[in-house]
Amino acid sequence: MHTETSVDSAQPLPGDFAIWIFIFAELAVFGVLFAAYAFARSAHVDLFNVSQLTLNRTYGFANTLVLVTSSYFVARATQSIKAGRGTACGNWLAGALVLGGMFLVLKLVEFHQDFAQGITLSTNLFYMFYLALTFFHFMHVVMGMVILAVVTYKAYAGRYSAANHTGVETGGSYWHMVDLVWIILFALVYVIH
Amino acid sequence: MKYQSQKVAKPYFIAALALFFGQIVFGLIAGLQYLHGTFLFPELPFDVAHMSHTNLLIVWLLMAFMGAAYFIVPEEAQTELYSPRLALVTFWVFLTAATLTIVAYLFVPYSHLAAITGNAALPTMGRGYLEQPLPTKIGIVLVALSLLFNVTMTLIKGRKTSINLILVGSLWGLALLFLPAFYFPTDTVKASFGWWWIVHGWVEGDWELILGALLGFILIKMTGVDREIVEKWLYIIVAMTLISGLIGIGHHYYYTGAPSYWIWLGSIFSALEPIPFILLIGFSFKMLMQRRREHPNKAAMLWALGTPVMAFLGAGLWGFMITLAPAQYYMHGTNFTAAHGHLAFFGAYAMISLSIISYAMPLLRGRTANSSAAQRWEMTGFWIMVLSMLGIALALTGAGIVTVILQRAADDPMGFMQVQDKARVFFWVREFAGVGFFIGLLVYLRSFFIAGEYEYASEMKQALAV
Repeated sequence: MHTETSVDSAQPLPGDFAIWIFIFAELAVFGVLFAAYAFARSAHVDLFNVSQLTLNRTYGFANTLVLVTSSYFVARATQSIKAGRGTACGNWLAGALVLGGMFLVLKLVEFHQDFAQGITLSTNLFYMFYLALTFFHFMHVVMGMVILAVVTYKAYAGRYSAANHTGVETGGSYWHMVDLVWIILFALVYVIH
Repeated sequence: MKYQSQKVAKPYFIAALALFFGQIVFGLIAGLQYLHGTFLFPELPFDVAHMSHTNLLIVWLLMAFMGAAYFIVPEEAQTELYSPRLALVTFWVFLTAATLTIVAYLFVPYSHLAAITGNAALPTMGRGYLEQPLPTKIGIVLVALSLLFNVTMTLIKGRKTSINLILVGSLWGLALLFLPAFYFPTDTVKASFGWWWIVHGWVEGDWELILGALLGFILIKMTGVDREIVEKWLYIIVAMTLISGLIGIGHHYYYTGAPSYWIWLGSIFSALEPIPFILLIGFSFKMLMQRRREHPNKAAMLWALGTPVMAFLGAGLWGFMITLAPAQYYMHGTNFTAAHGHLAFFGAYAMISLSIISYAMPLLRGRTANSSAAQRWEMTGFWIMVLSMLGIALALTGAGIVTVILQRAADDPMGFMQVQDKARVFFWVREFAGVGFFIGLLVYLRSFFIAGEYEYASEMKQALAV
């Protein structure tokens, strides 16, 4: 038995409904983490402000651009498959994967720099949140890339069409969530003073 | 019952219930020893009664899970079990090892037991729930490997369903998570880590997945709801269990010498651990409301609906009470923990075990459902046990409150034994509730000896006559 399809215009959420339950659950968990960050910050404002200045905002901003662009590519991929162009869809998704890989590399370089300076989860409360939040997000980028990789493969294999491409929208929705979480994270942890 | 080899589940289920009976006998003894410390001393001191109570619990639950696996995997995979003989041999090995271990606890002084079972070569004895001598622990591993081999080979040659994959996968997890039992460093912080990898990893992770798989199987069979719908619910429940429980292990690391970032990470993630239990309630009741058939085994349906509710109360609600670091600072290791432990273990794992037994045993005995009379006895047993366990939890919570006020949060704290004395009334209530539970268990067990199968004809007549 098939539940909703993206062709049915009465269905407001694109892709498989189950991924949206998962997306809402993930957003809720990250939301709780962000709330905890805000709560911790309110009790240690000076510590957070001083430690925040040591973060590399160039890397953070570059990563934001990388992820936002990758989301654009995913949107273009969905557009392509809606026009029945499977290979083009695969190409756009492959591009998104490359950008996802760039995010991971940039973040790993940043982590390396942090550890080289002796910054760990135990350094102070700010760094604990910074490392924990960015590491959790990192793992979700990895998961998103695994999902996108599967969708990319299927797109190239011709398994999607204009009438049937729920997988593309499902994977794309998850990727957009990962992007959205980073945007909030970057603003909250790297920028807001 | 579709496959002949499923009948190997029967001895596992019978042994599970016999060991459950033994567990409660020791529980009553230990509970009375709270009030009369020298009751049965020195023949059966408290520590022996306590570890017999807890070890029997774990073994009967494992027996039930194994029986459930042997019943469910062939049916889901749509093929006979790989080796029914291996399953039966393994049963006797497990039962013999478990029985000998309890006998050893009762008749051999513990330190002597350690000496004669090679504990000096590889120390594993002395920790709660892991009191078993080294040979028993090795036996548990071998029994687990036998189960895993058997069900995995069955799964490989048959249909792979979500239920099957989750069940077999989490049985692998159960076995792997037992391995830290062989890791017992002298550093107490590290030893504590290892202990919790087993205990938390089992009951707040792996076993929740087993619960989900078993509940999903029962609901598919009893309600006739589409498998796809059940599977989607299960994936979400599994995901939320792992999301909350993996880092949630940190709620055992607050005050055990671990780095202080666990205070934050453990609190945040363990606060989310009730979510899968809330989802399980929604899941079971939604499937009930969408049912396409009226299954004659009303008792099994009652167990299947009662399990998520009691599991939520014991694991979700009572667990949440003690999970946040600032609260746990005062409540750690008090009777709040005991209240949570009892209600959660019974509500989640005892009840899902009794649920699968309730569903499968009639089938193993050649009928779809037991007679109405037998089901009435069973359902009465259900209610008496459930209400009694709630009584135990409330009583122990009362004792916990006394401890926190007088011993933990007070400006001028009282000593431990003084406070225990003040809490006596709660330990009496607990013991009465325990006797109630035992009566409920007897009523429940009686139901197995009421003959006859479900009276379709007369039940239909009655329904139509209304």
